[in-house]
Amino acid sequence: MSREEIVKITNEFLIEEIEIDAALLNNDAHLKNDLGIDSLDFVDIVVIVERKFGFKIKAEEMAGVTTLGAFYDYIESKVNSTEGEPK
Amino acid sequence: MGIYSCIGKNLEEVKGSLYQGKSGLGIDPMRYEYGYRSPLTGILERPELKSLLDRRMRTGLSEEGEYAFMATKEAVENAKLTMDYFDTNEVGIFYGNDSSAKAVIEAHNIAAEKKDTMMMGSGAIFQSMNSTVTMNLSVIYKLKGINMTISAACASGSHSLGLGYLFIKNGWQDMVICGGAQETNLYSMGSFDALSAFSVNIEDPTKASRPFDANRDGLVPSGGAATLIIEEYEHAVKRGAPIIAEIVGYGFSSNGGHISQPNNQGSFIAMQRALDDAGLKPADVDYINAHATSTPLGDSYEAQAIFELFGACNTPVSSTKSMTGHECWMAGASEIIYSVLMMQHSFIAPNINFETPDEHSAKINIITKTKEQKIDCFLSNSFGFGGTNSALIVKKL
Repeated sequence: MSREEIVKITNEFLIEEIEIDAALLNNDAHLKNDLGIDSLDFVDIVVIVERKFGFKIKAEEMAGVTTLGAFYDYIESKVNSTEGEPK
Repeated sequence: MGIYSCIGKNLEEVKGSLYQGKSGLGIDPMRYEYGYRSPLTGILERPELKSLLDRRMRTGLSEEGEYAFMATKEAVENAKLTMDYFDTNEVGIFYGNDSSAKAVIEAHNIAAEKKDTMMMGSGAIFQSMNSTVTMNLSVIYKLKGINMTISAACASGSHSLGLGYLFIKNGWQDMVICGGAQETNLYSMGSFDALSAFSVNIEDPTKASRPFDANRDGLVPSGGAATLIIEEYEHAVKRGAPIIAEIVGYGFSSNGGHISQPNNQGSFIAMQRALDDAGLKPADVDYINAHATSTPLGDSYEAQAIFELFGACNTPVSSTKSMTGHECWMAGASEIIYSVLMMQHSFIAPNINFETPDEHSAKINIITKTKEQKIDCFLSNSFGFGGTNSALIVKKL
């Protein structure tokens, strides 16, 4: 899956399902401080990512993921590895 | 006051239905497939909340929580309260609710399929607890006072008002949001249907709920939510609140008997205690909103208890469940609202479908057609599984 597709799918669910303002979405946006994603939103994002990308986010792997750009990187690494089975 | 029910989505619509004797009951075809003995239920739409609440606040709301929000929103507006008021004052909440089946079953289904509880999402826990309504409304309205759910079967809504009344009477709170909520989804009533307690009179669903009628064959489950904001009198006067009525008596009892079969003594004691608490005599009560659900035994015992206490006064009686069905955990609160609407507009809503009296219902004054009548004081009964009984008396101010 291309980076472009990953960004598109991720932004779509952040806007439509997590209801984040589209104008806030950029690579440098801090997931918590800029986008307002809290621990409960994270639980819902785990469910959505499993549905959209076919893998389960592991909390320990997300420890260093603080910006949206890093989150795209993380998804990209998972879906393009042997662990991920993109749907 | 605020209401969201199968006979109307706000006070104005509900008042019209009560006056017209309009039923809100119908058939849910999915219930056949699920294995219900009876497909009858109250028919109501899920409210659209996206424009009213943000995602985080919607995520924790179960079906009955959505109804409770809509009812509370109307009540808050009518009570002339604002978010700024809630932010700067201590307001409590007692709300009746005794199940949240859909959220529990759906979360289980996800775990069964995915073998991973994390796939349930963040809302499942907040939707599936009995206290779902109070935990959500207290966050939405930033409540800072007493905060708990009352689970007392079909008397939950009534006890919530009774307890709110006691908290105010004792000076512990100035204002309490009270009410009752009831889910109507497919999963919510299967186990109740298993007891063969529901009417199977499906030829005309609007005739299936027939409290006190000799040909009644069971109740029709229903739901929605009803909210009343109760407040200490001087406090209400001081802030210029539109005061509707006064709760003057609360009576309670437990039958100490069978888990599902009622008796007449428990309900008699609750009504007598409510009268004593209010310092009133039976003759002071202008109208009784009966609990009568359309079950053979329950209605019979209530008719006996009403006759024993109010027989000499021939007090007018009706069961609005003839139109709404049995709103279960919500009923004790919604029936106070139905009765207050009658009091405000000087009419008694009919006990529709009461065509043939039985031995006991023949002795009480059941109103079968809408009657124009001034009501200064009414009593409302609510009884539930386990023998819990509650009676409330409300007076015009």
